[in-house]
Amino acid sequence: MSNGHDTENSIDLAPGDEHVEGGVGLRVLGYLTGLALAILLTATSFFVAGTDLVWQPSIPVALIVLAIAQMGVHLVFFLHITTGPDNTNNVLALAFGVLIVLLVIGGSVWIMANLNHNMMPMDQIMQMQR
Amino acid sequence: MVDATIAYPHSDPHHLRGMEALGIAHSGPASKRIATGYGFWIFILSDMVMFSAFFATYAVLLGQTAGGPSGRELFDLRNVAIETAFLLASSFTCGLASIAADTRSTIWFQLGLAVTCVFGLGFLTIEGREFASLVARGAGPTRSAFLSAFFTLVGCHGLHVSAGILWLLTMMAQVFAKGFRPDILRRILCFALFWHALDIIWIAVFTVVYLIGSAA
Repeated sequence: MSNGHDTENSIDLAPGDEHVEGGVGLRVLGYLTGLALAILLTATSFFVAGTDLVWQPSIPVALIVLAIAQMGVHLVFFLHITTGPDNTNNVLALAFGVLIVLLVIGGSVWIMANLNHNMMPMDQIMQMQR
Repeated sequence: MVDATIAYPHSDPHHLRGMEALGIAHSGPASKRIATGYGFWIFILSDMVMFSAFFATYAVLLGQTAGGPSGRELFDLRNVAIETAFLLASSFTCGLASIAADTRSTIWFQLGLAVTCVFGLGFLTIEGREFASLVARGAGPTRSAFLSAFFTLVGCHGLHVSAGILWLLTMMAQVFAKGFRPDILRRILCFALFWHALDIIWIAVFTVVYLIGSAA
């Protein structure tokens, strides 16, 4: 069949396992690429956190974006989570995990900030209790 | 299968490859390595969900210092940078060790894991000294809600790293005593997943706790 090659590729891979045709050198190169990208992103994060060169309120957002990018680098180059058909199960599990993580963090921060906003300042509460 | 395709050329107009997919489905259950790795992947994701609760707690309590010191006064970013470098380097050497395990090279495997262990211990030493100095300065976990959340989150990550180092030493001993048996190779796969996942969680820790925390 013409799709014989695809069939061969769609056998599942364990998370963390790598599907490469090349030898050890190519795999080490993959890890080196990941390491270089991770160092670059980490260095940028530490630089952005301490600099006066960028608009200050944008710094937390920039840091979070850099962190998510570095997590992506680690997932791809160290954990070998790819978009290939042999990784569908791993990616779906990851997507569900990310959904729960976003719900927990986003929901908590949102609700608590809202409550904080609606709460009377502490000194007024103290006065009412007298 | 070929005959069916010729007889019904439009039986699969959207190229869903139903027959071939069936062929794969009938190739038997997934290998034990895939099942074990996938199960451990689910555990890691649930671990990340647990960490997300600690991160949410920290984010909510960031400003609740109860008149005590804030992150800006407490955190030493130079230490954090060294910790980050150690953990990143250990993640890299752990990757090299798993390549060595795949090529059944005992020397490189033991060397890779030994270097990973040294970096991990270096990370734990710096973190332990940071915690000790915070407590000595009167900024222990009982000082404020902010510091409780800080020690819970970062301490939980440190506990994971400690457990990872114990696991790492176990793997070195098992490969030394028993060689690269299939079950031991599966444990190495799970250990590598665990160690890389710890580094991913550390990215969130140094960003949210230290960099954003010291800016707030």
